[in-house]
Amino acid sequence: MAEILPDRGPSGPLMRMMRAWRPAVRQEKRLWSAVLAALLSAVAFLWASPFLWTLAASFRPESAGSAGMASLWPDFTPTLANFRNALDSGSFGLYYVNTLIVVVGVLAVQCVTVSLAGYAFARLRFPGRDVLFYAFLLQLMLVPPALIVPNLSTVVDLHLYDTLPGVIAPYFASAFGTFLMRQTFLALPRDFEEAAAIDGAPWWAIVWYVLLPMAKPGLIAFAIVSVTAHWNEFLWPLMVISSPDNQTLTIGLAAFTRGAEGGKEWGVLAAGTLLVMAPLAVAFIAFQRRFVDSFVFSGVKG
Amino acid sequence: MSLAGTTGVLDGIQAAAVPVRRRRLRLLPFALLAPSLLFLVLFTYLPVARVLVESLYDKPHGTGAAASFVGLGNYAKVLADPAFRQAALNNLVYAVGVLVPTLVLALAFALAVQRSTRFSAVLRTVFFFPSLVPLVAAASLFFFIFLPRVGLLDYYLAKIGLHGPNWLGDSDVALWSVIGLTVWKNAGYYMLFYIAGLQNVPRDTVEAAMIDGANAWQRLRFVILPALAPTTAFVVVIALIQLLTNVDHVIVLTRGGPSNATNLLLYYIFQSAHENFEYGKAAAATLMSVAVLLAISLGSLRIMERGARGNG
Repeated sequence: MAEILPDRGPSGPLMRMMRAWRPAVRQEKRLWSAVLAALLSAVAFLWASPFLWTLAASFRPESAGSAGMASLWPDFTPTLANFRNALDSGSFGLYYVNTLIVVVGVLAVQCVTVSLAGYAFARLRFPGRDVLFYAFLLQLMLVPPALIVPNLSTVVDLHLYDTLPGVIAPYFASAFGTFLMRQTFLALPRDFEEAAAIDGAPWWAIVWYVLLPMAKPGLIAFAIVSVTAHWNEFLWPLMVISSPDNQTLTIGLAAFTRGAEGGKEWGVLAAGTLLVMAPLAVAFIAFQRRFVDSFVFSGVKG
Repeated sequence: MSLAGTTGVLDGIQAAAVPVRRRRLRLLPFALLAPSLLFLVLFTYLPVARVLVESLYDKPHGTGAAASFVGLGNYAKVLADPAFRQAALNNLVYAVGVLVPTLVLALAFALAVQRSTRFSAVLRTVFFFPSLVPLVAAASLFFFIFLPRVGLLDYYLAKIGLHGPNWLGDSDVALWSVIGLTVWKNAGYYMLFYIAGLQNVPRDTVEAAMIDGANAWQRLRFVILPALAPTTAFVVVIALIQLLTNVDHVIVLTRGGPSNATNLLLYYIFQSAHENFEYGKAAAATLMSVAVLLAISLGSLRIMERGARGNG
């Protein structure tokens, strides 16, 4: 504005009007931003209230009774009794171990498959490359949950029903991971690998010693998305697992929720929910930036 | 220089080794892709072929009888099933009912928190956090929130003198309660894409509009929204895929009830296969939902590519 107005002369009628207006405008602006901030705080409070309730309820002693169970106000001496009850009644320890096996098992195999495939698509030229790439991308649309019925038959045929490998196996190949690693490799300069190739390094040495160390940010982004997805997964393990010994955290929590019809158990349920959410929540708060970046990229995964 | 000499020697060695090495190098890409392809075939391509075949047969569960070919019989059965029709209709209402408010909220959140202040950072975390927790955990929380009389919602509604309906027990309300949960869970995730998209809106254009006297609403409507179109298209696609393939909350909260009011397509498939053991019906319904997924994705592939580029 300042660049345009002086043309009319600093003493023009418009300028005089502006000068008279400015304090009012500024005040109005300040008022608006205060209203906006208050409104935003209210919405944020509303958004956070389910979590605030979980926190309050999980530390509330059982003696507080069920009438005030919904109160968000922590008007009590906090107790760990609910967590103790949840850990005792739900065999959460076992669920943690099973979930860890699933998450680590999926990730370990995926890291190998997506690195190899990503390297092939990024650096090698071969007939049918584009067709194969699109064949990979098809998995972004035919997401595993849509195929639970035939995949369950396959898992039964492979004698993997009611085993953790049966839960893990459908995720060994990842179109999203392949795509992400391909993009990561494409962004790396070729100088280093060319130097290594001239020194006579075989392809696997180039991938392992030259490319992968530089592609670490891509792998970490993929790991965050993969771990989050499989830590949170429910429907597929629910279909594959039948015996209590093989259940994961989400299955345990769901059973726990459906069992908690009585009013007294809400504190324990809140504690159980918190136990399931806690590891990812802590990791997120510690590495917020990385999480957010990974999730923005993961949009292609859907 | 000496380099030329070395190259000459190397060429000699390489010339002898070329045929073997070249053949091996020609196979290398396929060897690298093999592990991925094996599992893609096993758990993505073959399953589609498998449901295609299984949907044409009727295999009674537990009787040990051989499967009999029924042609399109399963499709006819599914399409005539009132529960399936209800699930398809519910899924449509659910998709639109979630999509519209989540998009509006996601954009509003993004606009509100895009400045890099401490306050914005806290808000961003609060809004995004629900999309990080398992859908099952969100369902557990909302199980209590929706609890009649003593639950979080009714407790605070009573304080301001209001009386809520039976959130999950009333068949007119239940689907909207599930929609509310999903909006809460997803809006923060899509907010991330709008934050990224907003960074690509050219500043000059916004400033030019400002100088031309466009107010905040006009700037949003005529400058920012058009610039965000690829982001919106992209978010719509991933949201639709999510809304067709996430039913964890339905399983935990309502089991499709009351009287099928919250039955969604994938829940119908899950129920047919896992609880009623009607594989033919489940296969037919799966194939139909796969067709819908492919239609959504392929129909918007071009937009999606543009959107993906827009998001970096």
